[in-house]
Amino acid sequence: MTTATETTSAAATAAGQKGRRAALVRRERRRRIRRAAWNLVGLAVFAVMVFPVFWMISTALKPDSEINSFTPTWFSPSPTLDHFRDAINRPYFWDAVKNSLIIVGVTVVLSIVLAFLAAVALAKYRFTGRSLFVVAMIGILMLPQVGLVIPLYVVLAKYHLTSDDPKRALTAVIITYMTFLLPFAVWTLRGFLLGIPKELEEAAMVDGSSRLGAFVRILLPLVAPGLVATSVFVVITAWNEYIFANVLLTNQSNHTLTVWLSYFTGTSRNTDWGGLMAASTLTAIPVVIFFLVLQRRIAFGLTAGAVKG
Amino acid sequence: MPSSQVPDGTEVAAEATPSWSRRRPPLTRGRALQGALPYLLILPVLVVIGAVLGYPLYKLFTLSFQRYGLFELIRRQGEWIGLDNFSSVLHDRVFWHTLERTIVFTIVNVGLTMVLGTLIALLLVRVSNWVRVLLTSGLVLVWSMPVVVAVQIWFWMTNFQNGILNHVLTQLHVGDYFQHDWYGTTFSKLAMVTLLIVWGAIPFVTITVYAGLAQVPRELVDAAEIDGAGPLRVFRDVTFPILKPIFLILTSLSIIWDFGVFAQPYLLISPSNVDASNYLMGVYVYIEGYAQTNFGRGAAISLLMLVMVAAMSVFYVRRMVRMKDVQ
Repeated sequence: MTTATETTSAAATAAGQKGRRAALVRRERRRRIRRAAWNLVGLAVFAVMVFPVFWMISTALKPDSEINSFTPTWFSPSPTLDHFRDAINRPYFWDAVKNSLIIVGVTVVLSIVLAFLAAVALAKYRFTGRSLFVVAMIGILMLPQVGLVIPLYVVLAKYHLTSDDPKRALTAVIITYMTFLLPFAVWTLRGFLLGIPKELEEAAMVDGSSRLGAFVRILLPLVAPGLVATSVFVVITAWNEYIFANVLLTNQSNHTLTVWLSYFTGTSRNTDWGGLMAASTLTAIPVVIFFLVLQRRIAFGLTAGAVKG
Repeated sequence: MPSSQVPDGTEVAAEATPSWSRRRPPLTRGRALQGALPYLLILPVLVVIGAVLGYPLYKLFTLSFQRYGLFELIRRQGEWIGLDNFSSVLHDRVFWHTLERTIVFTIVNVGLTMVLGTLIALLLVRVSNWVRVLLTSGLVLVWSMPVVVAVQIWFWMTNFQNGILNHVLTQLHVGDYFQHDWYGTTFSKLAMVTLLIVWGAIPFVTITVYAGLAQVPRELVDAAEIDGAGPLRVFRDVTFPILKPIFLILTSLSIIWDFGVFAQPYLLISPSNVDASNYLMGVYVYIEGYAQTNFGRGAAISLLMLVMVAAMSVFYVRRMVRMKDVQ
């Protein structure tokens, strides 16, 4: 098209180019305006979505007089850490932190080790009953947990695991969490293992390594990101869990942080909003940090390969 | 799956492929061990799940045919009463009302989550880079909020005395919301729960759909636009068909999650205010079974609920298993 224009007279060419450039400029301007409009919408959506989190932190940093005022301030002119001090000095806070850490720590170590073994079996071997195992794993993930509260409680009560004794109570919670986290961990780790080229492992074996040697030197470093991602997800889920912790941990000193937080308000009308928001912030901080580690990877666990399928 | 993926000498694999059986090596102790290896590897997981899930599931089944209250819990022995629990539940108007309410609630929540989540994903494609990074980080931040924390934030934002929601609505002249009680009617209570759930669920949907959008070939969209298709038409005829598997999976997951939701309605409506007028299935099972220590009847409700969710999950599970075969 350009060459065709060039063959006509010079004046016409100049006029044509000017016209075309003007059209281009106009189109460019229109595109920029449209982009700016979309950006504004994007910022509005950001503001609405993030506002509750912002409001939690903002409230936690305000003195009580500002919190209880009928004309709220967005940012406190005189921020204070008093509410955080109150929150951590409340009864059972440090017990709750300790319980949460124990439960999360033991759950993540045990479930990752067990899940990894099963994931290796699923990814590297074919065996009878394999499909059944996979269906069971995914099926369990779909069970509504609240529907299992009753039988779990009855069974664990039978083995005296619902007592006030911290060791028994925490054990009950840990094994309960594991049943729901193992299927997830097996499924995600299997996905990561499948992503490792078979040839790499075979090459290591040809070079004289045993299967175990090949596993430790080749497979393990490659699957490490997968192990990290899965562990982080297990940590977050266990930290956030509420239903089973609430049912199985009957004694206040055995509560996890989420259960402790759920009892923060009590039933009184004069809620300590500043303290509640400070406590909420403290509960959320570890999860936010872990989420930063994971970033986007989590989204793919449940829907991996959906487009291709 | 290509046969190169099958480890050499594995017993099961050798049996599965007849062409190999002629060269099948003699069954030594080492080879038998290798055949058993995958079973040994999945054994620990099976044991834990079997003990902590299999047994309770069996127990759930038997409990639902028993009278099992606090007395029986201490005695550790229920009394067999046949189908009494089921007939009591199925003749209970509360059960049917709760089921109806939960279905409507699920449809509204899943609908809102999917529509808003998809719209935000489509928005992400159109904004400048810095806005995209900002918005995605915001979504991840929202996603990372523990449910109990989110409930407490909602509790504070919507409280009638000095909640920010009343203040903002009044300031925007939407109406006079001074000291408006959002937990006055069942509708209003569930609307607050819906806001909370949709807010928390949007990030997962948006980020997944956005990841899917990246796989829509640019040329297809361009071609459609050159042919004069508007944005709606492009979405309906190009984007949507390609993303359909993602939408189906996200929708079925959301349905399953929202149908069995417990912590949000229970805590936001507050344990002292949940009752027959505002039950959702999850809360209903918890209160009538566990909190009122009527474990037998609760087990019957749980079983009915599990069957319903299982029916809904069939699609998702089948889809996931089929994907496994493709890989």
